[in-house]
Amino acid sequence: MKRGVFYFSIVLMVLYCSGPFLWQFITSLKPDYELTMIPPVISKNPTAIHYVSIFREHPFLRIILNSAIVASSTTILSLIIGSSCAFGLAKLRVKYKSFILGFILSVSMFPPIATVSPLYIIIRALGIRDTWLALVITYTTFSLPLSIWILTNFFKEIPDEIYLAARVDGCTPYQIFYKIMLPLSLPGIFTTAILVFIFSWNEFLFALTFTSTPASRTIPVAIALFPGLHEVPWGDIAAASVVVTIPLIFIVFAFQRRIVEGLTSGAIKG
Amino acid sequence: MTKRENGYGFVMPALVLLSFVTVYPIFYVFYLSLHRKLLIFDISKYVGLDNYLFLLQDDRFWNAMKNTVYFTAVSVSLELLIGLSLAILLHRSFRFKGLVRAIVLIPWAIPTVVSARMWEWMYNTDFGILNYMLGAKINWLGDTFWAIHAAILMDVWKTTPFVVILLIAGLKVIPQELYQAAKIDGAGNWAIFRRITFPLLRPVILIVLIFRTLDAFRVFDAVYVLTGGGPANTTETLSIYAYKVLFQTLQFGYGSTLSVTVFLFIGCISIFYIKILSKEMR
Amino acid sequence: MAGIRFDKIRKRFKDVTVIKELNLPIHDGEFFTFVGPSGCGKSTILNMIAGLEPVTEGKIYFDNTVVNDLTPQERDVAMVFQSYALYPHMSVYENIAFPLRMKKVQIKTIDEEVKRVAALLGLNDLLQRKPKELSGGQRQRVALGRAMIRKPKVFLMDEPLSNLDARLRIEMRAELKRLHQDLRITTVYVTHDQAEAMSLSSRIAVIYQGEVQQCGTPIEVYLKPANIFVGEFIGSPPMNFIKGTVLNIQPLKINLNGIIISPLLETSIGKTSVIIGIRPEDIPITDKKSDESIEVTVALIEPAGSFNWVDIEWNNVRIKGAAKVDADLRAGCKAFMKIPIKKIVIFDADSGKRF
Repeated sequence: MKRGVFYFSIVLMVLYCSGPFLWQFITSLKPDYELTMIPPVISKNPTAIHYVSIFREHPFLRIILNSAIVASSTTILSLIIGSSCAFGLAKLRVKYKSFILGFILSVSMFPPIATVSPLYIIIRALGIRDTWLALVITYTTFSLPLSIWILTNFFKEIPDEIYLAARVDGCTPYQIFYKIMLPLSLPGIFTTAILVFIFSWNEFLFALTFTSTPASRTIPVAIALFPGLHEVPWGDIAAASVVVTIPLIFIVFAFQRRIVEGLTSGAIKG
Repeated sequence: MTKRENGYGFVMPALVLLSFVTVYPIFYVFYLSLHRKLLIFDISKYVGLDNYLFLLQDDRFWNAMKNTVYFTAVSVSLELLIGLSLAILLHRSFRFKGLVRAIVLIPWAIPTVVSARMWEWMYNTDFGILNYMLGAKINWLGDTFWAIHAAILMDVWKTTPFVVILLIAGLKVIPQELYQAAKIDGAGNWAIFRRITFPLLRPVILIVLIFRTLDAFRVFDAVYVLTGGGPANTTETLSIYAYKVLFQTLQFGYGSTLSVTVFLFIGCISIFYIKILSKEMR
Repeated sequence: MAGIRFDKIRKRFKDVTVIKELNLPIHDGEFFTFVGPSGCGKSTILNMIAGLEPVTEGKIYFDNTVVNDLTPQERDVAMVFQSYALYPHMSVYENIAFPLRMKKVQIKTIDEEVKRVAALLGLNDLLQRKPKELSGGQRQRVALGRAMIRKPKVFLMDEPLSNLDARLRIEMRAELKRLHQDLRITTVYVTHDQAEAMSLSSRIAVIYQGEVQQCGTPIEVYLKPANIFVGEFIGSPPMNFIKGTVLNIQPLKINLNGIIISPLLETSIGKTSVIIGIRPEDIPITDKKSDESIEVTVALIEPAGSFNWVDIEWNNVRIKGAAKVDADLRAGCKAFMKIPIKKIVIFDADSGKRF
C-alpha cells in the first residue's frame, strides 16, 4: 500500500515537471489553424513548419550563436578567475579571508535591477552596447560567487599535505595550482562549468537591457520578444522553446548527479 | 605552522572584477538616485532626497511593494510545503532515480523566459489547455485577481524541484538509525517528523528559505514576460516597476531610487536571515 | 519481562537467504547472545525481534503472543545501537526522556525517572550536554539510559561496545553484567567478539552464514563445540586442529600425527578421517622430558604476561601450546609437549561435526 502511494507520487511528480514542456512540444508541431481549435488535442497533421519558420523568418540561428558564444566565454572566464580566487582562499594566506568570502557571497544577493541602470550607462559610454563583450563581462562577474563558492569547497577537500609536499618539491604556488589542484578538482570544475553555463544561457534582464538590435539578442530575449504582426505566433514560439530546451535537457540528463552535487554542496556543507 | 605563501595574486582578478562591475555600480546607482536624470536629453540635476520623498507617497511603488511581498510570501510558502512533502515521500532510493531526478530538474534548467511563454500559452483564455482541462473560461492573465496567482503558480512550478532536491540532500544526512531508534522508543510517524526530521532539517530549510525569498523578492524575468506587470499593474513587482521607469520613461534618477530601495530591502532580508542562520549554527 | 521464541524463522532479502532457519527459545530474564563473524545475519535477527525488519517466514513469540505484525512501537522493546543513535539535537536529558515523552507520561514522573536512571549510570553532571560534547563511553551510557528508562520487556543490544577502546570495553562489560543482574530484563545481545559473548551471557548461539551452529551455555560451547566452526570461533587463541586417522573403532584407537591415542568416547566413530581439536591452553610445553611427552621443536614464543604462548613444530604440523615463563625455551630448540587426551575434541573430517 505504501509502495503504491510512493510510485504514484513519483509518476505525479514526473508529469508535473515534464507536462508543460510536453504540451509545448505538441503545440510546436501543430499547423496554425489547429492552434485555435477547441478542444486542444494532439495534432492530426503534425508539421515542421514552425521549426523552419523560426530559422527562415527570424535570425534564430544567429541568436543561438550569440547565446552559445556568450555562455561559453562566460563559462571559461568564470572558471579561470573563479578557480584562481578559490585556490587563493582555500590554500594560501589571505588577510581578512572570511570578510572577502562574505563580500563575495553578498554580491550574489544583489538584485540585478539595482545594478542594471548604472551598468547601462557605463556600457553605453564605453560604446560596447549591443556586443558580446558587455554580456560576457557582466555574466562572468555575477557568476563568480557561485564558481568561487563551489570551487573553494572542492579545494578545501584536497588535503593540505599535498600542497606542502609540492612546495617541498620546489613548486611555486602557481605551478601547484595548475599542475595539481586543477586536475584533482576536475569534478568540481566540471560541475561549476555546467551551472555557470546554464546561468548565462538563461539570463534575461541584462541581455534585454544591453542589446538593442534583433540580431544581437540572446535566446531568452528573442523568445520573450518574439515578433508577431497581429496575433502571437504561438506555434513559432513553441518551436523556438523546444529548440532551446533540447540542449538543456541533454545537459541535465547527462549530468544530473553533478548538478545536484553542485547545488547542494553549498546548502549542506555551508 | 609554516608561513603560507601569499594568495593575493590569485584572488585579485576576481575582486577587481567584482568591485568594478558590482560594487562601483552600486555606489553609482546611489549617486544616480539623488538626481533627476533623463537619459536621452542628458539632463542631470541633483535633487537630494527628493526622489525618496516622492517614493514614499508613490502609490504605484506601494502597489508594487504589495505585489512583491504577496508574491514572495505565497510562492515561498507553497514551494516549501510542497517541496517538503515531496522530499519526504521521495528520498528513498529506487530504480530510475537518476532519470526521475533529471526530469525533476528540467523546470529549473530551462530559461525562465521559455517557461513563461510556455505557461502563457497554457493560460490562454480561449485555446489554453488549462482552461480546457478545468472546463472553465478563466481569463488567467487578464483578470485582476487571477493574474498574480497565475504568476505564482508558474513560479512554484519552476522552483519547487530545486527545493525538493535541496531538501532531499538534507534528509540524506540524517542517519537511518535515528528513525529506527525513535520507532523503538514508541514514536509514531508524526512524532518522528516533528521531533527528529524537522529539527534536523532546520538548517537546510533555512538556507532554502533564504535563497528562495531573495529570488522571489527580486523576481523580474518570469513575471515580466508572462504579464508585463499587468493587468492594471496587479502583477507589477518592484523590479518590473523599476525597469519600466528606467527604460520606458527613461527617468534614470527615480528609476535608480527604486532600484536602491529594492537593494536596501534585499539587504535587510539577508541580514535578518543570516542572523537567524548563525544562531541556528550554534 | 518476556521470553522470546523463534519458530521456524526464515529471512530473505530478494534472492539471498540471510537466515536459514531459526528455532530456539530465549528464556525470560536471561542474557542471550548471538555471536558470529561479520555478515552472518545476527544484526538481522535483532532487527526482526525489534520489528524493524519483517520476517519472511515463521513466527516470533513474546511469551505466548505472536508479534510478527506488531510495529516496533507496539512491541515494548528497547534497543542500543552500535553507533548509539543518540538524537544529536537533543540534550542528554532529552534523549533519555524521549521514550517516556512518547508514552505521554507526566512531566513530573519523567523528571524523576530521568534523574534516577542518570544516577544509576553516573550521568548526573552531563544532563544538559549535547551528544557531540560527550566521549564514546558517555554516549554509550546515555544510549543505555534511554533504553533502560522504559523498563521494557526485552533489551536488544547491537554490538554496543565495539566502538569503544579496549580498556573501556572491559569496564563497560562489567557494567552491563551488573545492570543485568540488578534489572533482570531479558537481554538479546549481538557481537562478533567471542570473549564478550562468553563473559556476559547466560547462553550463547553461535551463528554462521545464517544458521545456528550451536546453542548453549558458555561452558558447553567452550568445552563441547558442536562443530569445527564453533571450535575455531570460540576461545582465543583459536583451537588447534590436527588430522587423524581412525585405526580401530572398538576400543577407539586414533593415529594422531604419528602417535596412537585411545580417547574415551560415548559414541562410536563410523569414519576413518577425523580432525582432532585441542585448545592451546590445554597443551603444556616444557623443556624437561617426562613420560608420555613428545619431542618437538620451538618455532615462536609469544609472552602473554604470566605465561607464554609457544608455537611448536611436530612432524610438520604446527601447534600452539602454553609454557611457564621460567621454562628454558628458545626458538629453534628442542621442547617437550603432552597431549591432554581427556581434553581433546574429535570432529568428523567431512561434515565437521563433533563426535
